[in-house]
Amino acid sequence: MSEQHPFGAPVTFQVEGRPYEAHYGDGLLETLRKYGYEVPSLCHHEAVSPYGACRLCLVEVVDKRGRRKITTSCNFPVQPGIDVRLDTPDVVRHRRVVLELLLAMAPRSPELQALAAEHGVTTGRLEPDETAEDCILCGLCERVCREVVGANAIAMSARGTAKKMTTPYDAENPACIACGACVYVCPTKCIGLEEADGQRTIVRWGRTLPLAVCEQTGRAFTPRFLLEHYAQELGGLDEKVFRKAPPYR
Amino acid sequence: MRARLTSPQALEKLRAELTARRDPKKPALSVCAGTGCVAYGALKLADAVREEVRKRGLEDRLEVRINGCHGFCERGPLVLCHPHGFFYQRVQPSDVGEILEQSTLGGKPIERLQYVDPVTGARAVRQEDVGFYKHQMRVLLEYNGWIDPTSIEDYIAVGGYAALAKALSTMKPEEVLDAIYRSGLRGRGGGGFPAGVKWKECRHAPAPDGVRYIIANGDEGDPGAFMDRSLMEGNPHLVIEGMILGAYAIAHPGHPVGYIYVRNEYPLAVERLGLALQTARELGLLGEQILGTDFSFDIQINRGGGAFVCGESTALMASIEGFVGEPRAKHIHTAVQGLYNKPTNLNNVETWANVPLILARGVDWFTSIGTGDVSRDPWGGSKGTKIFALVGKVNNTGLVEVPMGKTLREIIFDIGGGIRDGKQFKAVQTGGPSGGCLPASHLDMPVDFDRLTEAGSMMGSGGMIVMDDSTCMVDVARYFLHFLADESCGKCVTCREGLKHLCRIVDRICAGQGREGDLELLDEISLTVEKASLCALGQTAPNPLRSTMRYFQDEYVAHIRDRKCPAKVCKALITFGINDKCTGCMVCARNCPTGAITGERKKLHVIDQQKCIKCGVCQEVCKFDAVDVA
Repeated sequence: MSEQHPFGAPVTFQVEGRPYEAHYGDGLLETLRKYGYEVPSLCHHEAVSPYGACRLCLVEVVDKRGRRKITTSCNFPVQPGIDVRLDTPDVVRHRRVVLELLLAMAPRSPELQALAAEHGVTTGRLEPDETAEDCILCGLCERVCREVVGANAIAMSARGTAKKMTTPYDAENPACIACGACVYVCPTKCIGLEEADGQRTIVRWGRTLPLAVCEQTGRAFTPRFLLEHYAQELGGLDEKVFRKAPPYR
Repeated sequence: MRARLTSPQALEKLRAELTARRDPKKPALSVCAGTGCVAYGALKLADAVREEVRKRGLEDRLEVRINGCHGFCERGPLVLCHPHGFFYQRVQPSDVGEILEQSTLGGKPIERLQYVDPVTGARAVRQEDVGFYKHQMRVLLEYNGWIDPTSIEDYIAVGGYAALAKALSTMKPEEVLDAIYRSGLRGRGGGGFPAGVKWKECRHAPAPDGVRYIIANGDEGDPGAFMDRSLMEGNPHLVIEGMILGAYAIAHPGHPVGYIYVRNEYPLAVERLGLALQTARELGLLGEQILGTDFSFDIQINRGGGAFVCGESTALMASIEGFVGEPRAKHIHTAVQGLYNKPTNLNNVETWANVPLILARGVDWFTSIGTGDVSRDPWGGSKGTKIFALVGKVNNTGLVEVPMGKTLREIIFDIGGGIRDGKQFKAVQTGGPSGGCLPASHLDMPVDFDRLTEAGSMMGSGGMIVMDDSTCMVDVARYFLHFLADESCGKCVTCREGLKHLCRIVDRICAGQGREGDLELLDEISLTVEKASLCALGQTAPNPLRSTMRYFQDEYVAHIRDRKCPAKVCKALITFGINDKCTGCMVCARNCPTGAITGERKKLHVIDQQKCIKCGVCQEVCKFDAVDVA
């Protein structure tokens, strides 16, 4: 009784009128990037699932029936016969407003300032948040922590304008292994990682863990807790493997 | 425990028995126990009725029916006195004896409990004589004033589950689906998406394990709206029967699984639905092998997570799955990948309630009501009736059901009885907090999905808030923007940050600090929020702002340029002063909470503007109309 939905089937679609190939359901943003198109985005990373929070990767999609709509490309599945238009006047206009909104959230972030300048957006019209902590709530840190690391140490709390990224009860979370993946993916560099006196601190989450010292070099290289986590996770490996930093194993 | 019905014929036999046992001429008292009437003391009234009936030994001669919402909340508690049909309003427990004596036994109406039309002065003997009811078309709410929502027998006696019996015994699932498709039924929850199109997509979506989810959205969160609640509380089986029919049409043969997602603030709806599900299961109308056929389906209740945004379909599904209620993009429809990534058909409670009626009375009956032509395209019109929660500055507030295409004027003036306190109509907001405000020039517009959208508003779930000329439209926009900013899930930047900045700018305008360029900035940001937000909450959130900017631009200009609030609402832009009508009675001075009013007895008083907090108490207490607002 059911027709098969053609997810994964090869399809052709167009970008600015030029034909391209992809698979039904592929992420449009990644497909565009694969073909060399530049689309700005702050909340997307190929290692995690799309989320659609930052609204920067806007494109205009014209479907088979000729209907146009503005959409984010990160969470838009490639479909047969669509024509994707990149920098249409509407896309440019809305993206600039989005950048203004983002800049008001993270006025001190050099990354965001540079991106905004690239699109001709300056501060001024919107009042920046006085309490801005440069977090734009893109959710990348949380997705990396959950989907890649598997630690589930952080999450969004509250909703609407009160929303924030935090640990449960804003307290130090023993689930955090201080791996630093969140720090690495953060587009505004607002999480912070410090290493001193054989300890690593993830500043924003208030998590400090002692570092393991490499037998080969005598230098601290990664939180001990994290090594134990992986020793357990991977299982059956010689524990000597974990006494050295990766290049010397 | 009820005996299980093992065939559609057995249901008809039960119905025949029930109707034979019931004498339509038997006296009955129907007491409205909808939430509005309960607030007016309907539960005490119901107790008094039962007590009085017992005291007089009338138990065998008189039925006492405690119903769901009758609709005319303005005049509660409401009582209907059968079989004469006498309609009584503002009934108190002390009136019960007289009603039993005079009306039930004596067959005579009691004048002092009748409704008197405030305009014509005419007395209404029966419900249909009341302007509020006369101009309605009560199809979905028809039995709200008769059946006891806790009794499945009541529902069966008035023809309940006949559509299901008919479908199971004479129609293939495809035929049921086709009927809904041809009826042009469109979603009552907000978007107006044709139910038949969605059902078809869901039926044809791949489901390797046969599981398809059938969901009723009862997460009614619009302030002042209670259409779905009144259906769930007043006639729960109508909704359940619609869902069973939907499950049959969409997922048979297969494994349909049903959920009713009910707002957590609706405990009575949860209770009534729970009881309804249980009794339907006992009778074999739900569960394994429904009415002895090979069709099985069951429904469970899921209580809402307490967020407005959970009424959005994808957020609702996330909530059922146990996650935070955040919407996701619907580029792949939920009909294909919804709850637990399986094909899911979600409709609003009111949409489901239409389904049994369409099947019982026929597609032609349904398409004869409403606007447009859906014979070729289900998007071609708006068919059937729509329930509105008519609230605000109208004389008759309450729940009204009208055919699609009724004009705003008919709804507000004929049914609503016009504007309260002789004031002038200014605007009506349709569609809940994210609907638009339409001015008087739109009063003759027929109300249907497409016309409302064209005018910059929407049908939404059917909230209708009427505003009079004492309303400041900038302040209205400000109120709804704040509501939506609070209720935004906060996932996407445009909705969360966009609304935040829109709120700030409008706050500033209301505080008398508007700047040149604010209107352009509001227009620019709100357009981006509308076009670039992830879900329907964000995409429609600018409606109250954009529609008031479109229809009441002068008011914005007056606030920004002249620093004036024409409706005299925005506190920063008004001043209170005392004119020469003042007799020097000192009442205002005594009542002023900040001691801002000085003056001697019998001499003109003066308000110290530095101390005045513009609370308006002086104006309220002045008997001489001596306090002006400028």
